[in-house]
Amino acid sequence: MSPSVRGSGPDTAADHTGPAGGLAAGAAPLADVDRRTPTARANLAQAAMEVRLLVRSGESLVVTLGIPLGLLAFFSVVDVLPTGDERAVDFLLPGVLAISVAATGLVAVAIQTAFERKYGVLKRLGGTPLTRTGFLVAKGLAVGMIVLVQFVLAVGLALGALGWRPAGGWLAAPLLVVLGAVTFTALGLLLAGTLRAEATLALSNALFLVLLLVSGVTFAVDPLPGVVAAFGQALPLGALGTALRAAFAGEGLAVGPTAVVAAWGAAAIVLSARRFRWEP
Amino acid sequence: MPAEATPAIELRGLTKRYGPLTAVDRLDLTISAGETFALLGPNGAGKTTTIECCEGYRTPDEGTVRVLGRDPRRDARWLRPRVGLMLQEGGVYPMARPPEVLRLFAAFHAAPLAPDELLARVGLEDARRTRVRDLSGGQRQRLSLALALVGRPEVLFLDEPTAGLDPAARRRTWEHVRELEAEGVTIVLTTHLLDEAEQLADRVAIIDQGRLVALGTPDELTHGQGREVAFSARPGLDRAALAAAVGAPVDEPRPGRYVIHAENSPRLVARLAAWLEQHDVVLGELQAGKRSLEDVFLRLTDETDQTREPAA
Repeated sequence: MSPSVRGSGPDTAADHTGPAGGLAAGAAPLADVDRRTPTARANLAQAAMEVRLLVRSGESLVVTLGIPLGLLAFFSVVDVLPTGDERAVDFLLPGVLAISVAATGLVAVAIQTAFERKYGVLKRLGGTPLTRTGFLVAKGLAVGMIVLVQFVLAVGLALGALGWRPAGGWLAAPLLVVLGAVTFTALGLLLAGTLRAEATLALSNALFLVLLLVSGVTFAVDPLPGVVAAFGQALPLGALGTALRAAFAGEGLAVGPTAVVAAWGAAAIVLSARRFRWEP
Repeated sequence: MPAEATPAIELRGLTKRYGPLTAVDRLDLTISAGETFALLGPNGAGKTTTIECCEGYRTPDEGTVRVLGRDPRRDARWLRPRVGLMLQEGGVYPMARPPEVLRLFAAFHAAPLAPDELLARVGLEDARRTRVRDLSGGQRQRLSLALALVGRPEVLFLDEPTAGLDPAARRRTWEHVRELEAEGVTIVLTTHLLDEAEQLADRVAIIDQGRLVALGTPDELTHGQGREVAFSARPGLDRAALAAAVGAPVDEPRPGRYVIHAENSPRLVARLAAWLEQHDVVLGELQAGKRSLEDVFLRLTDETDQTREPAA
């Protein structure tokens, strides 16, 4: 960042050094204060605050951890879903990872950011040395933390308790999870930065539910009408689930579905960059 | 350029429109380093828009804004570490606790004040465990103030710093502002409270409908602009009769407040007293030589209302 050296700023403190007991008592005179912004420290502190607030919100924990892990455990044990020929857990785990990522980016981050905007938090942060880039880096780090926990818990649960044995995908799957996290976070931020907070709350939950139903992530799309199934695969959740399923089946990176996820992400980023409003 | 030649804040022809509304209209102001400056005006006068142009939140439609000699938008990165601000809305995470937010903001600066000490100084020691959403209005304002100060700003913008505070809390905030002034911080505050401007500011700009209507020290504003004697009594006195009795024109700028446009003299006061006795009018307040800032303010803002708004 700007390693700015004090130059043209007026020497205000020189002849006004405060009396003992002032708000800055004992500190260096105003003119001698180091004004270089500690960028890394600032961004990390912001990321830590983001994580703390996401974890502190009970609703957000239900959505980011409760729903995906609950789905995984319940439907792996109770084999009632049409999952095709595969074992339930083989079908479910990739879908649950996709759901986790969508829940974090599209629901939790969207709602949290929407209310931060509504309450003027984004505006106030804009008046600090934290840059917009730093703010986005912090959001990204926070999402990364949550997604990592989701990944470890879901994969751990599947491997440890549900007898899941993937054929591969240990390189492709993490990459897809990262791509999915970027895409869904960008979609979430697009909602948060353009709609009212209440509308974001309603819409992100509604979208999440629709995605769950049409995307073939918790059950195979065979029972759905063909149009609906195709529609679901054109949406980022369905595409991400399909790509992850292919990866864990040892088929490497499925180009088509991966491109669909990336396209949604790119569109959301471009739109967000143009339309995101920081002020209430 | 010598340092002392750069004013802390310089506005030249600042104009900002929102659709058909001109919120700030060709405003010129120069504020020196170390000065405490109040923007005073009724609601909707353009105070917040002006301050937000200085903070870099708004881009002027016309004119220039310089803070510490820099452009608030183009040079935001240079200015942010040097400028502290307090928004009207507060803008603090509702679910966070005061020490967390203060530590966060401290982490944005290379050499911040110690968050715990600052928290104690603004009197939030007892609220360390309280979520921001559960703080009282006064506690929130004090947290906002602490957040504005933690980076040791050279320039501080306070938008309605005492709005919603009880009188005791207001006085505590005033004390903080005076301490900061003593440390050499340039302070620009908006207020619609006349006593606040009078108590704190080295100079006051009165703004109405986006225009500068008066500028000066509180003393200049209350002394200057012609000689007069003002008094309060019941509304609706016969001004023509009074004018005849005292030999000078009499105005009633608002009900029950009268201004006699003449030099203060023992004879004038005697005539006024005699007239009041004849008409059995009880005198409320008598002010000679110095007007209250409130009078100045009401007069100036009334005048602009009358010139711009059709009679209702």
